[in-house]
Amino acid sequence: MASRAARKRDEDSVTEVGEGTDEWAQSKATVRPPDQLELTDAELKEEFTRILTANNPHAPQNIVRYSFKEGTYKLIGFVNQLAVHYSQVGNLIPKDSDEGRRQHYRNELVAGSQESAKVVVSEPDLLEEEEGPKEAEAETGSQTDVPAAEAAEKVTEEELITPKQPKEQKLTNQFNFSERASQTFNNPLRDRECQMEPPPRTNFSATANQWEIYDAYVEELEKQEKTKEKEKTKTPVAKKMGKMAMRKTTFLESQSDDITKVTQAAKIIERMVNQNTYDDIAQDFKYYEDAADEYRDQEGTLLPLWKFQNDKAKRLAVTALCWNPKYKDLFAVGHGSYDFMKQSRGMLLLYSMKNPSFPEYIFSSDSGIMCLDMHVDHPYLVVVGHYDGNVAIYNLKKPHFQPAFRSSAKSGKHTDPVWQVKWQKDDMDNNLNFFSVSSDGRIVSWTLVKSELVHTDVIKLKVEGSTMEGLDGLQLHTVGCGTAFDFHKEIDYMFLVGTEEGKIYKCSKSYSSQFLDTYDAHNMAVDAVSWNPYHTKVFMSCSSDWTVKIWDHTIKTPMFIYDLNSAVGDVAWAPYSSTVFAAVTTDGKTHIFDLSINKYEAICNQPVVAKKKNKITHVQFNPIHPIIIVGDDRGHVTCLKLSPNLRKMPKEKKGQEVQKGPAVEIAKLDKLLNLDSSQPASQPRRSPEAPAHTEGTLWKPWQACVSLCIQAMYLRVPPSVGLSPAQVCLFVSYSVSPFAFPDVCLCLCIPPCLLAVSVCVPISECLSIFCVSLSPSLSLCISLHQSLCLTPCLWVYGSLLFLPVFLHGCVSLCPCGRLSLPSPWGLCRCLRLFCVSLCVCLAARRLCLCVGLSLYLRLWVSGSQSPCLWG
Amino acid sequence: MTEVEETLKQLQSQKGMQVPLVVNTEGIPTTTQDTTTTDNPTTTQDASLMYSFILKVRSTIHDTDPQNDLIFLQIRSKKNEIMVAPDKDYFLIVIQNPTEQAALSAPGVVP
Repeated sequence: MASRAARKRDEDSVTEVGEGTDEWAQSKATVRPPDQLELTDAELKEEFTRILTANNPHAPQNIVRYSFKEGTYKLIGFVNQLAVHYSQVGNLIPKDSDEGRRQHYRNELVAGSQESAKVVVSEPDLLEEEEGPKEAEAETGSQTDVPAAEAAEKVTEEELITPKQPKEQKLTNQFNFSERASQTFNNPLRDRECQMEPPPRTNFSATANQWEIYDAYVEELEKQEKTKEKEKTKTPVAKKMGKMAMRKTTFLESQSDDITKVTQAAKIIERMVNQNTYDDIAQDFKYYEDAADEYRDQEGTLLPLWKFQNDKAKRLAVTALCWNPKYKDLFAVGHGSYDFMKQSRGMLLLYSMKNPSFPEYIFSSDSGIMCLDMHVDHPYLVVVGHYDGNVAIYNLKKPHFQPAFRSSAKSGKHTDPVWQVKWQKDDMDNNLNFFSVSSDGRIVSWTLVKSELVHTDVIKLKVEGSTMEGLDGLQLHTVGCGTAFDFHKEIDYMFLVGTEEGKIYKCSKSYSSQFLDTYDAHNMAVDAVSWNPYHTKVFMSCSSDWTVKIWDHTIKTPMFIYDLNSAVGDVAWAPYSSTVFAAVTTDGKTHIFDLSINKYEAICNQPVVAKKKNKITHVQFNPIHPIIIVGDDRGHVTCLKLSPNLRKMPKEKKGQEVQKGPAVEIAKLDKLLNLDSSQPASQPRRSPEAPAHTEGTLWKPWQACVSLCIQAMYLRVPPSVGLSPAQVCLFVSYSVSPFAFPDVCLCLCIPPCLLAVSVCVPISECLSIFCVSLSPSLSLCISLHQSLCLTPCLWVYGSLLFLPVFLHGCVSLCPCGRLSLPSPWGLCRCLRLFCVSLCVCLAARRLCLCVGLSLYLRLWVSGSQSPCLWG
Repeated sequence: MTEVEETLKQLQSQKGMQVPLVVNTEGIPTTTQDTTTTDNPTTTQDASLMYSFILKVRSTIHDTDPQNDLIFLQIRSKKNEIMVAPDKDYFLIVIQNPTEQAALSAPGVVP
């Protein structure tokens, strides 16, 4: 302040001096500005000290800074006292610095050129200026400036160049900024693609039908049930084996191959294919009924259907046949050999009719199978008897190739072939039980106890009356050999045994040493015995002595005897009728008998097997179908259909109900037997040497029959009217009648015609003895039949319309007291026939041809048809 | 396993039989035997054609009665006979020509 005041004064003084020089000079009066302080003199004389410091008066003195150390704001002691009054950023560089030196260096270069340029510039100017006084100055200039001119020339030469240089140099910017752009090398682009395999895709489509939903539910249900079952089986601890088995089965199931899945379908297909292949046979089986049976009067035929054979069983004979009691199309065939010398293996085959080409089950065994039986309640159990005496049980449910149970030497097998086995009812402990009979004379009952066969000897067959004295007085009994047996249907303990000696014993299971009864049945071994399925008293037996006999077990002698002309292999009753049975013989024929139709002869007699050396060994009726199976010794089984005639049921009478069922059958048979019992059935129907039966008929009342007869006669004397007594004639007649086959008759009439001998060939067995000629036109001929039937025959000769005609009527008389059929045709029939025949002769010279019609009339109706026992 | 093979062999040995064909649920024939089942082009065609047909038949039967199912299908044509036995997972198809002379001719009445 004071300084200012002082300065003001100075200024004032100065100004005063300056401006007021005139005024200074003028006056010394002080001019006071109006705002000047008016101070007193004392105040004016006051000395104010002024200190000149270097402090900046504007510097703040109260700068406070936060001190983190103390945590407070603290005054800063030191304050910058620098006061900047004026600043300007300049571009002066000190000479000695790096930059300065550089610039200096550069400037020198530039200056050198610039100077020369200036000189040059000036020189041309000079030259230009001195154009006037060119010469002189040029000379001088050139003299003095020769080097300069030279330089100038050089410079002029460089004129063009050097101005550029500064220009170029001038391009360097002040800030030394250079932009340098560079581009990196662009990497070449390359596309690389990689494609994976697309995931496999399938189209899935399904329709949700009602049944698909149903199927899914059913499957779910089954699964649930299975899990429930598994839980149940897991609970019992004792059944550990069961668990293992279950696991195994499930394991196997899960492991089942594709092939095994096809089993079921393959079987179905196989059956269908077979049905196609054998389509015609299947149709025949089902629908074919032989229409010709209507014309055939009680005879029937057997229609061959399928033939079952298997390569493996080719050499083996069929030794046993059995239908399955439950599955009516399944049957078992046992193969073995009847030949003692040629014993080999055996086979058990089970066939179904639905598949004729291949058996359903095949079992093979070491020893020939001789017999078999199927259990009624357990149709999968088949018991089999072997040639070596063993018995075995096969279980069809478990198709092992080995039998489920087998007897052995320890367990009491037979020492001789087992000829028949039969299942019995289960015993009291519900064990399976069967009987076997064998040639070693033992009848053994086997029981299956805890999977083992336990045997009990029931009976030892002894041959009666053949005890021998052995050593020490022992009574040795020769053992009979059992070959067949059958159990009674109702009386459980009773059974029949047939033996090799030809005897049949009636035995009881409870008596082991004695027989209830003995029948002297046959001369040779009994091949089969069989009870009648309906009638409880009747049974039948067959034997190799060519006979079949029907018995009543209360009577010691057979009711009926049939001679079949060759060894009979087997007999079987039909299941549908009490009077029908079948018998097969070793000559390849099958005979079917129906006692209610014809008691003496077979109503069907048919060769069944092709080759003649083929023997039929067994026969069986099917329980429900009208077929029989027949086995032969070549290992073939043939199935035959019974024609309608063979399975006739009793006809219903009008107004009466048809009674069906076993009662009727029994009654039928009873009737037959009762009629029989009135007559002593002592003689066999036919002696063994006689040829086989012809097919006979039993005529119904008032039946007429016409037969045609053609005769050719050679006459020694041409005939006039009739046959004169002195005549030798030879005639050949050929007659055809529905019930007899053609026969040829040779007749020789020798004069004086008291004797006429005629021999009939081949079969009619007629032997004419007597011929008496009563008159030229009447002659009586009596012929004697081999069966001792007398046949008086009346011959009447006449002429009709110029044709020689002879009429002959004859009536046959049978020694049994009744009239019978005239002789040339077959056996005595006792049919009470009357025969009239009309014959027309055409004569030419010595040859006469006669055509005759014979009419046979049944005159009397008889009440009962009791048989004629003669002839 | 051998039983089934035997059964199939017997099938083939019948008169007029062709190789049996097993077709799975997608209509693709699977080889059941070592024979060249699938090599034969006609068999694959047959299989695929039959497949759709069988499904149609099956659905027809099921639609009418859901508890009913197809057991066997037999088509008789002029030249041959096609038989199909369906099962859960597959069909077994068999083609037979039964007019070739069968082993046993129709027997007449044996007098």
